[in-house]
Amino acid sequence: MNTNNPTTLDLDPWHSLTHFTPARIALGRAGMSLTTRAYLEFQLAHALARDAVNTPLDFEKLAQQLIIHGYQSLNLESQAKDQAMYLQRPDLGRILNSMSISCLKQSTPIAADTVIVVADGLSSKALEQHAIPFLNLLLPELQQKDYILPAVCLVKHGRVAIGDAIAEIYAARLCIVLIGERPGLSSPDSLGIYFTYKAKAGKTTDADRNCISNIHSNGLTYQQALNKLLFLIDKSEKLKLSGVNLKDESTNSTIEQLQHINFLLY
Amino acid sequence: MYKTHLAHLVYNFKTLRNLMAKATPARSGDYLAGVAATNNLERVAAQMVLADVPLKRFLNEALVPYELDEVTRLIIDDHDNVAFSAISHLTVGDFRNWLLSEQASTATLTKIAPGLTPEMVAAVSKIMRIQDLILVAKKCRIITQFRNTIGLENRLSTRLQPNHPTDSPAGVAASLVDGLLYGCGDAVIGINPASDNLEATSRLLHMLSDVIERYQIPTQSCVLAHVTTTLKAIEQGVPVDLIFQSIAGTQKANESFGITLSLLNEAHLAGLELKRGTIGNNCMYFETGQGSALSANAHEGLDQQTCEARSYAVARKFKPLLVNTVVGFIGPEYLYDGKQIIRAGLEDHFCGKLLGLPMGCDVCYTNHAEADQDDMDMLLTQFAVAGGSFIMGVPGADDVMLNYQSTSFHDALYVRQALGLRPAPEFERWLQQHHIFNQENQLMQQSVIPALFKQTLQKLDESSDEYQ
Repeated sequence: MNTNNPTTLDLDPWHSLTHFTPARIALGRAGMSLTTRAYLEFQLAHALARDAVNTPLDFEKLAQQLIIHGYQSLNLESQAKDQAMYLQRPDLGRILNSMSISCLKQSTPIAADTVIVVADGLSSKALEQHAIPFLNLLLPELQQKDYILPAVCLVKHGRVAIGDAIAEIYAARLCIVLIGERPGLSSPDSLGIYFTYKAKAGKTTDADRNCISNIHSNGLTYQQALNKLLFLIDKSEKLKLSGVNLKDESTNSTIEQLQHINFLLY
Repeated sequence: MYKTHLAHLVYNFKTLRNLMAKATPARSGDYLAGVAATNNLERVAAQMVLADVPLKRFLNEALVPYELDEVTRLIIDDHDNVAFSAISHLTVGDFRNWLLSEQASTATLTKIAPGLTPEMVAAVSKIMRIQDLILVAKKCRIITQFRNTIGLENRLSTRLQPNHPTDSPAGVAASLVDGLLYGCGDAVIGINPASDNLEATSRLLHMLSDVIERYQIPTQSCVLAHVTTTLKAIEQGVPVDLIFQSIAGTQKANESFGITLSLLNEAHLAGLELKRGTIGNNCMYFETGQGSALSANAHEGLDQQTCEARSYAVARKFKPLLVNTVVGFIGPEYLYDGKQIIRAGLEDHFCGKLLGLPMGCDVCYTNHAEADQDDMDMLLTQFAVAGGSFIMGVPGADDVMLNYQSTSFHDALYVRQALGLRPAPEFERWLQQHHIFNQENQLMQQSVIPALFKQTLQKLDESSDEYQ
């Protein structure tokens, strides 16, 4: 990685443009190819993203952490038996297996207001890092509303729609699903939250859901995400619906002054 | 009707649609749809039966009913019997032999294209190996023009894709400069907007148009918003070069995209009327991808590769400048791994080219697919050997807005270098004139910013010091 080597340039002379974008620009080159540095940095990012997809989530640990914070949980599974099947059969990831259904039915208390579902989705890392801190903010808020909350449902190999069946069994009005999002190269630990009013398995469609996406260290903060979710909950309770007809008007992001300028047209 | 005996077993395929699906090389999307062959023997049985089906049969047995689907109606109604006559006596298997023979020259292939239906082309692709797909596609020459010429022999163009997570103009401009300085952008400078609304789209369109004009770049711009958004932009006088739309191979899937053939026709006419192309008027840009119909629950029992080929019938109706198969974007439930993505990309290129389309390929994958950069190098290289019209150029192969990996500016330089491929001639002249490329189409001296952008970038460095 000798940068003095005349055949290699580790950074291009327009490197200052990297201030404007997270994109991998001004990478330099070896001949006309990627430099060793740029190549290995890419490999590192890809390894992190791949591991986020393929490392199983430690559900036991998650349950224990919840207990420490005073919350009960329930371990459930979808019909996808392993990771390869989970990736290829999204339909099976949306359905609970029979053990989980009977487990839920045995534990069902009186009608709940809200169910909280935590599913591994496509990034175990997202849940590992963000589930507990976020639930620690969210659950007290919901308790303050005097909502009846059953145990947090932890679902292995679950897709978003698996929350519908759980909400239906509990006859819950609100369904909140925390799920690991498809990892990007620069965001392997992105958490998504899906919110649905009166979810029903097989009837609820994606148009009936609201999504809060991109919760990670370089994206939305827990507090920002929580504010959005609480806004959606309040509005949804008033309008008695969720999805495309429930618009999130909670915040408008501000962009730095310089970001407005297209410098190419100075 | 479609029947054979193999290894003491009888294989009976009820319909042509069923036969096509069972004959398709294995891929996850067809298993998900429940149409794939149940084992290897059944797949080969289907391929053998399919090889004996006369091409004519495809004109008499619609895979999706004519009455129910406007894409089928387009395919049947626009079929050119005169062009078909040269091959109308062949079976699917004979057609493969014919395509590989010397008889199937560039001129002949051009002549028969209007006589081919997507289903005929999809069928023959199912009994071809990768080398067959490459060899035949290489013989097809599809040339399109707007402000430059795409698809000439030994040329490979690139779409510069300067996406930004919030559509920040400075962020887009940064990737745009990077791409141009790496010799990228002759197919189109095309941005996927983070939000599909008129205001954001118009702002980006104005920006691209101003940059192209200011720097006199012989290329075209596109903001990949929904066609209805672009139509509104045109109404408001916003400078639109290429009109973009994602398309699929069934009426239902197109409806799920919010489009019909008549809407596309309206958009095409609106684009032609603008007359913004300087040397040609191919003004449409389409994107497709295996699995899109299934993901919209609108595959009509077809396998995903046949669905994909049918979307090319939609594309060719509107004489596009570019058609891009975004092959690995959709995820492992449709194309599981590198092997499936590579084959799908080459099938799409082959089918599109035979039908007369300027096919590019977004050589790409997501992080939940079993694929990596080595797989992409294989597809990229094979696609370029097959004479692919264009590829994407994304900074460092990492699209920070769409969260997937495509080909980088460096990848384009690699493949041009390895195979002696050049950019579109008009763009090549611009690159050389501004000392971005030398006469051998290699990047010029590394430590110097070409004069074209020197002043702008210097000013920027000064003013950003003020901001800090």
